[in-house]
Amino acid sequence: MENQPIPSPTELRTEEFVVNIGPQHPATHGVLRIEATLDGETVKNILPHLGYIHRGIEKMTESMLFKQSIYLTSRMDYLSAHINNHACSLAVENALGIEVPARAKVIRIIMDELQRLTSHELWWGSCAMDIGAVTPFFLGFRDRERILEIFEANTGNRLTMNYITPGGIMRDVLPTFVTDVKELLKKIKGYRHEYDQLITGNFIFQHRTQGVGYLSKEQAISLACSGPVARASGVSCDVRKHYPYDGYEKLDFQEVIDYGCDNWARYVVRMEEMKQSIHIIEQLLDNFPTGDYRTKIKGVIKLPLGEYYQRVETARGELGVYIVADGSNKPYRMKFRTPSFSNLGAVKPTTVGLKIADLMANMSTIDLVVPDIDR
Amino acid sequence: MTKKELKQYLEVTYPNLEVKETFNFPLLLVNKEDVIPVLKQLKDAPETRFNFLFCETAVDQNPNLEMIYHLSSTYYHHDLEVKVILEERENPIIDSVYSLWEAADLYEDEIYDMFGIRFKGHPNLRRIMLTDEWNGFPLRKDYQDDKIISL
Repeated sequence: MENQPIPSPTELRTEEFVVNIGPQHPATHGVLRIEATLDGETVKNILPHLGYIHRGIEKMTESMLFKQSIYLTSRMDYLSAHINNHACSLAVENALGIEVPARAKVIRIIMDELQRLTSHELWWGSCAMDIGAVTPFFLGFRDRERILEIFEANTGNRLTMNYITPGGIMRDVLPTFVTDVKELLKKIKGYRHEYDQLITGNFIFQHRTQGVGYLSKEQAISLACSGPVARASGVSCDVRKHYPYDGYEKLDFQEVIDYGCDNWARYVVRMEEMKQSIHIIEQLLDNFPTGDYRTKIKGVIKLPLGEYYQRVETARGELGVYIVADGSNKPYRMKFRTPSFSNLGAVKPTTVGLKIADLMANMSTIDLVVPDIDR
Repeated sequence: MTKKELKQYLEVTYPNLEVKETFNFPLLLVNKEDVIPVLKQLKDAPETRFNFLFCETAVDQNPNLEMIYHLSSTYYHHDLEVKVILEERENPIIDSVYSLWEAADLYEDEIYDMFGIRFKGHPNLRRIMLTDEWNGFPLRKDYQDDKIISL
């Protein structure tokens, strides 16, 4: 009997097949279904299917008062709840020309930056877990918990705070707020070396992220990416720098830009952003103003006829609130330009051509929050 | 360019088109047929360089539907709102801007899902949030659903 010729690798044919990842999958961090076309282990195409947590927030706002609509925004990106409330409040304040007291402005920015820290710490833990390390997840949550404790003490809630409101903030912070935050920052800074020892300097982690998930600058702009995803591709897009609000223009901080365009660059940008957030809070704590925490505004808010757009920088990128007002006490149309929805488009170009395991790494560094995508 | 300069520039460059302003941005009203050439010119002209489509949405101004494009520039950091009024309500159709910005892929899927506006030249137009069998387009003002429960 003759030996069968062994097929050489060029003759080895594989068939394309479709795998549904999600909607219930730990790596999607929520209910998102990704329809992946695979050839062996290589990803050929990615098609996201949304709507598993679509609550129709934009439709709901049309039948709600302006103040009520602000409560819904905490449910979009639940890891940036303060910042979402901030965006909506700013839109109303700017439209009506309401001046916010200095104390409220400072508290708002401190809360925003603490929120950014919680979000990035959660991301740091879950990103490492998606790539295969388990310990960082606990460390990330440990540090995040300290910040959530401050939120709970001052605002009454841990996740959906509804603390920032048109005219200022809901209630004044505790008398111990400044010392609490100072102590917290000292603790967080002390933990920083653990982050670097565990993950940043880890050979396996670097190998999995460096040179993987390439998103060019042109593509990031074309896909309207924002936040750390775009800044890791060399796009200068920090809303706090280019369109400052509530006194960011007076603060000393850097816009973190990296030109690596890969997963590692996105990791580095977020790690550096955490340092910048701590730096911002420290400046504000040193001269914490006294005075009112809220200006009195009318019970029923009515925006004059017109179109309004307000943007802020959340932990994930640029959140835009577009309001079409018809002069009544309810918005005629309210559109939320959410950062995760735009950044979702970056999953396909970063992943196609790579192995399926890299899909998880890419999705975790793009840092999607599914309720933010679906609204 | 500042808002005022940009408005003047648009008035000079597009004498046939109406230029208004919203609270934040200058507003350019474009005819349905010219949407691709005008947006392409705005994107490529060295004075404006609007290369960042940061928001694309629609508004139902009963009976008209309006397409809204929010453009920004990563070079100059100035913004512009472009509005297209669609008079047809039964089967509104407009050219897709996917050829100019890839971001339009997801944005236009959502607009089709919520407003029923079709996009000519879109690579994969689908109902992205709701099911394919869903009746009606929820963000239209005349949308009716028996299942809506008032809280």
